[in-house]
Parts: sequence; C-alpha cells; structure tokens
Amino acid sequence: MSEKIKIVNDKKLDCKIISFTNFNCKLNSGSNLNELKIAYKTYGELNKKKDNAILICHALTGDQYVSDINPISKKIGWWSRMVGPNKPIDTNKFFVICSNSLGGCSGTTGPKEIDPDTNKIFGATFPSITIQDIVKVQNYLIDALNIEKLFAVIGGSMGAMQVLQWTIDYPEKVLNAIHIAGALKHSAQNIAFHEVGRQAIMNDESWLKGNYSEKKIIPERGLAIARMIAHITYLSEDGMHRKFGRRLQSRDIISFGFDADFQIESYLRHQGRSFVERFDANSYLYLTRAMDYFDLSDIFSKSVEFSSVSNQHINYLIISFTSDWLFPTNENKEIVKILSYFTRNVSFTEIDTDKGHDSFLLEEPELDYTIQGFLKSNYEKVDPNE
Amino acid sequence: MNKIESIRKDWGLIESLIDKDSKILDIGCGEGGLIKKLEKNIKAKTYGIELNPELARKAISSGLSVIQGNAERDLHQYSNQSFDYVILSQTLQAMVNPRKVLFELLRIGGKAIVSFPNFGHWKIRMQLLLTGRMPVTEGLPYAWYDTPNIHFFTIKDFEELCSKSKIIIEKRIGLSSKGNQFRIKSGSNLFTNEAIFLLSYQKYEPIKIKSKNKNFLKNTALAN
Repeated sequence: MSEKIKIVNDKKLDCKIISFTNFNCKLNSGSNLNELKIAYKTYGELNKKKDNAILICHALTGDQYVSDINPISKKIGWWSRMVGPNKPIDTNKFFVICSNSLGGCSGTTGPKEIDPDTNKIFGATFPSITIQDIVKVQNYLIDALNIEKLFAVIGGSMGAMQVLQWTIDYPEKVLNAIHIAGALKHSAQNIAFHEVGRQAIMNDESWLKGNYSEKKIIPERGLAIARMIAHITYLSEDGMHRKFGRRLQSRDIISFGFDADFQIESYLRHQGRSFVERFDANSYLYLTRAMDYFDLSDIFSKSVEFSSVSNQHINYLIISFTSDWLFPTNENKEIVKILSYFTRNVSFTEIDTDKGHDSFLLEEPELDYTIQGFLKSNYEKVDPNE
Repeated sequence: MNKIESIRKDWGLIESLIDKDSKILDIGCGEGGLIKKLEKNIKAKTYGIELNPELARKAISSGLSVIQGNAERDLHQYSNQSFDYVILSQTLQAMVNPRKVLFELLRIGGKAIVSFPNFGHWKIRMQLLLTGRMPVTEGLPYAWYDTPNIHFFTIKDFEELCSKSKIIIEKRIGLSSKGNQFRIKSGSNLFTNEAIFLLSYQKYEPIKIKSKNKNFLKNTALAN
C-alpha cells in the first residue's frame, strides 16, 4: 500500500492536522506506527526561498499553541511572549512551526487517540516512545511541508532534548540550534522525580491500568499529585521564598489541621487541579518515560566528530539559568564542552535569575535579547537583504 | 591616551600579526569588537570567551560564537591546536595563574598573541621611587585594594618566563604612552607602556626511530 499524506484544518482544535497513512514508522522500541497524525500550528509566512522556517519543540506538558489563544485552555499560548509579530522570534520575518509531540494529548497520535488497528483508544497499549521517535515524526511533518532546511530549531527542557536530537539525526536540515535549559542525558534525580509522579498516577484507582478513558473517568488525584511534585522542581528555593515565603492563604492564623494553610500549598493544589483539566495522564506517563530514556552522552560527541553529514555549519546556542536545579548550568555546559572540543560554532550564556527551570517560559529580558539577536544576526548572514 | 583608544590601537596591531583565513580564539573578547573586525577584514573564522555575561550576550546577539566562561577554568575544554591564533589582550596580569594560562594558549593554538601593560615603564618606576606608594597611572588606574590586576610584570620578566618555558618570541611590539608603535629591543622596557607579543612553541623536526619490533605491546600482554 502506498504512502499517503493528507492535511485538514481542524476547527475544534484550531490547528492543522496532517495524517500519514502507510508510513510504517518504526519506533526505537521496535513497535510500528503505520498511521500517524500530527496536530500543528504555524505562524507567519514561509518565504519563496523557504529559508525562514523555525521549528519550536515544546516541553513535557506543552502543546502546539505556542502563540495566540489556546482553544482548549482559552488562555494565551505558552510562549506567546517569545513568539509573534515583533516578538523575539518574530513572525513578521519567520515562519514558525510548532507541532504537538508524538505521545502528546493535543491532537497528535498518542495514548488518548484511537488505535486504527482496534478502533479503541490506545491507553496503555500505546507503544513506548523516545525523544528520537518524537523528532522522527516532526521530520515527517517538515518533509511534508517541503522544507529542506530549517533556519532554526528551538526548544527548552524536553524541547531542548529534541533540539539536540535534531542536530544528530538530521544535521543537514538544521542551520541554527537554540537549546535552552536541557542536558545531554536525563539525570538520576530527574528520573527519580518522574518515577514518583508516575507512581502517583498508576496508584490512583481510577487509572485502571491505563484504560480509564473507556470508563469515562480520569485518575485526577494521581495526575494532580504528579503535577504538584513536578512543579516544585520547576521553581527554585529562592524564587519560592520570594513569591510565597511562609505567608498564609486567606487566613490570619494557622488552622492546626491539614488545610492549605500556606500560600505555597494553595498554589500547588491549584496547579494540580488545573493540570488535570488539560492533560492526559497516560500522555504524562509516556512522555516522562521518553525523557528518562534520553541519553546522548555517548552518541553526541561521536556525532559531532564523525557526523557523516557535516554538522560544522550549525550555530549552536546553549542557554542555562543560575537557579535551575532540574537542568543545571553544569549539565548544559557539558554540551558546550563537547562542541568546543571539536571547535564547532557554539555560544553559551547563563542567565542570572531566581525563577528556576521555568525561567525559559517567563519574563526574562536577557533571554529575549539573546534569542532575538542571535536569530536576527544569523538570518542576515543567510539572507543579507532582509 | 584613554583606555578605549588604547584597546583600539591594540586591535590594529593584533590584526597585522594574523594571516588571512585563520581560525582565531579571542579570550576575554568583550562584546566581540576585535573578532568582528577580524572576520570582516581578514576573513578570519572566530570564536570568543567572555567572563562578563552581559558582554557575552552582546557578542552572541551580534552573531558571533561566544561562550560565557572563564579563561582560567574553561580553556581545558578545547582540544590541542584547535586554533591558528589565540589572543589574550590586556588580561594576563589579571590571572590567578598566568603561567598556566600562557601554556594553555599555546596548547590550544599554534600561535598566541599576548598583550599586557608593562610595569617596567619609567613613569611607574618613578612613582614607586618618589612617592613610595603603589603606582596609579592612566593605563593602570586602580588602587591596590580593588585592582583586577593581581600579577604585575615587566617586559623583562615576561621574556624570561618565555625563554625558561621554551616559548619562542616571534615578534614584539611596543606602544609608548602617546600611542607610538615601535619594535621592542633592549632598553625598550623603560619606554614601553603596553607590549604585544607573538608567541609560538619551538617546532622540532620529528625524529624518526627505526625499529624492527613494531608491536610494542602484544594483545596478549594487554589482556593480562
């Protein structure tokens, strides 16, 4: 059977959905996905030379709604302060693509979707996926859009992992790579936090071994706890202290009970509750696992040194944050070290902030300034008339 | 001559010491003014390291490959002879271990260009002699307790370290306090405000040793 590609506009999801039939996509785990769909958004216009495309890779709980209004949450897109007209990633100039990652839950093939073989929701029968699989599927999309070279691939956290994977698997298609708050490998401590989150979900009696969708229920409590734990790792001690301190929530004295006395408790409970409304518990299991399996510590240096397709043209920009203890500066610098050893075009900066790992999503003028300048000046090298 | 003019003067000289199409690392590159100029004027392929985060980000934003980092801690990440030239401008005297840094320059680069303020200038000598206090000059404007310059040395001191360390001085250029440029020779120590040295290691011809026994270690020996 021949390969087939179809693109439709999904009104409800307010994005495009591209479906790949008979693509026989082989995953790292050995499983195959014969049919795939990718939900994606684009912003700005692809120019005639097709040299202004930027792919943005979202983080663990992100989605394709990088800018404008997210139709599901009705909130503004997760990186709308970075992406848009006259923003640091300027959609007047660049054609920005962001796709929901494989295994996600905003329209791309994942555990929440129907398995075409059985006509039932995948649930826990969804095959295990890796960051490499996620990137492989993104590459299908880029090919289908007839884009030969991406001017830049950009991502933070899990998105940064994808950026590195792009430079290894498809170096010839990447001109600039912006890697924010990531690492060559997921650390033991990070795996540990993910495991606690997964245990919370899988020990929720509503999880039903992943088949909760059939019963039209969700493992709310487990997923909320998973989010609460994860959210702590996205902040920093100083940031938390500055924002909440020991301040009490809607009360003057402590309750001598287990209500949310403290503002930080109330905040985390709110984060947990609102997460349940927008994210699928199984997707959380699959994507945290994909991050855990990420380890380029052996391959990366070899790929930089021996890449059959040269990666010498790639301008790498590595950015870390002083208070990020999930993907700390020293782990980001490991990448810089390898690239420096092989004299590749690498830039690195550490931004001083107390906002922790989440800094890349928040108001950080120095981050905006660096990304904007890096893109602008490197685009002038490609297209001097711009 | 103020500090900025002095650095600019330095740049022109440094450029004149470099061959076209070279690969260059500028340590302490600031916002990248020198390497930008070298890219434009002599088609150099450039890299930079800068300690100050704001300056490093300025350089990155102008499209240069610059790493926010520390010359004393981060040079080890470069492999041997990665660059044709490594530039260390007006910084050696601020290093905790200047000798180690100097050796690192020549490990990662074929040639090193080092510029430094000469503490042997007559005005500095006079100040110490006449006032009995640590000299403060236009080029070295800091009081002793808040100066970044922690290792003062003169042209003679530097030359001695080079000869002890088998480092060849290929060129030496001096700048007077008025900004005049001249070749450093004996006696220049007194009149040189700022010195620029082009350095390399002695290149030895490889010695060919003939040996009948080509396998120094057999696999069996390794397995044990």
